[in-house]
Amino acid sequence: MHELSIVASVVDTVTESLAAYPGARVLEVRLRVGVLTSVVVDSLEFCWGIATEATPLAGSKLVVTMIPVVMHCAQCQADVALEGVQSFRCPRCGQPCTDLREGRELDIEAFEIDEIDEKVKA
Amino acid sequence: MTTRIVELRQGILKKNDELARGLRDRYTAAGVLVLNLVSSPGTGKTAFLERTLRELLARGFRAAALVGDLETDNDARRLAASGAPVRQINTHGICHLDAEMIDRHLLGWEGVELGGLDYLFIENVGNLVCPSSYDLGEKIRVALLSVTEGEDKPLKYPTLFNSADAAVLTKIDIAEPCGFDRDLALKNINEIRPGIRIFETSSKTGAGMDAWLGYLEDQREVRG
Repeated sequence: MHELSIVASVVDTVTESLAAYPGARVLEVRLRVGVLTSVVVDSLEFCWGIATEATPLAGSKLVVTMIPVVMHCAQCQADVALEGVQSFRCPRCGQPCTDLREGRELDIEAFEIDEIDEKVKA
Repeated sequence: MTTRIVELRQGILKKNDELARGLRDRYTAAGVLVLNLVSSPGTGKTAFLERTLRELLARGFRAAALVGDLETDNDARRLAASGAPVRQINTHGICHLDAEMIDRHLLGWEGVELGGLDYLFIENVGNLVCPSSYDLGEKIRVALLSVTEGEDKPLKYPTLFNSADAAVLTKIDIAEPCGFDRDLALKNINEIRPGIRIFETSSKTGAGMDAWLGYLEDQREVRG
């Protein structure tokens, strides 16, 4: 995939949001990545150090939560998580499923900052 | 110092997704059906599209194509032989088309207005991984697979095949000498995208093209 451009986009977005927190240092950035995106987590982590260098995100940790594929099974009338991406069938009843509910996420969930404590400063 | 969690809950490709939404609205308003063709390099996207354009024009439809490649305008020149307006997009190393590239190339496309088209085809860069993440505002994403590629391609690239609305098998005229296992290929496509429409075609002999063109006409009607 294009992990470096994904990471660069994350760095840009977080940097923009940081404008509201002057002087803050980023400790951690949390992503949610669906298994159906073909994004390689190792590559994201490999690019992270390079992409954050000389930015307010330098030294921060990247935390990626992988989201399994969840389909809605019309037969079972339920959302079911698939074990892999080699067969889009309900693991309970074996029926083919076409209604995808989760697994394509490519989101920045949140980031954690260290900010100057107003009370201490006063 | 205190730590604080800042919730963002924002798509990483938000910019592309917003642009794609704008494009989709424009296509709908113009009444043009837009298709995004995706496959590996060498599947025969260009030959398939050339034949499709030629046959649509012969049936009185107005069709045009945007074609993405890393370098060269060879494909645009090949496609232009069909008589349809064609514009090349060179990505200069980028492995997929994105909504911004489409937007930019629709601008100033001499002689082409979206409102004057029935069909717009976008031939993506040959790649089965990256194009699947980038919405181009298309109504129909078509995944192509040739008989020379191996029946397990859908299993190897589930992201792309699962996001497709239709699948096209190409080069079926040479299926036999290639030892192509048709049943296995169809089964694999269906495991990844159950119930997807599959067209078995040969751009050389024209086999399967009638069913494909019928589908294109139906889709225009379905979408008003």
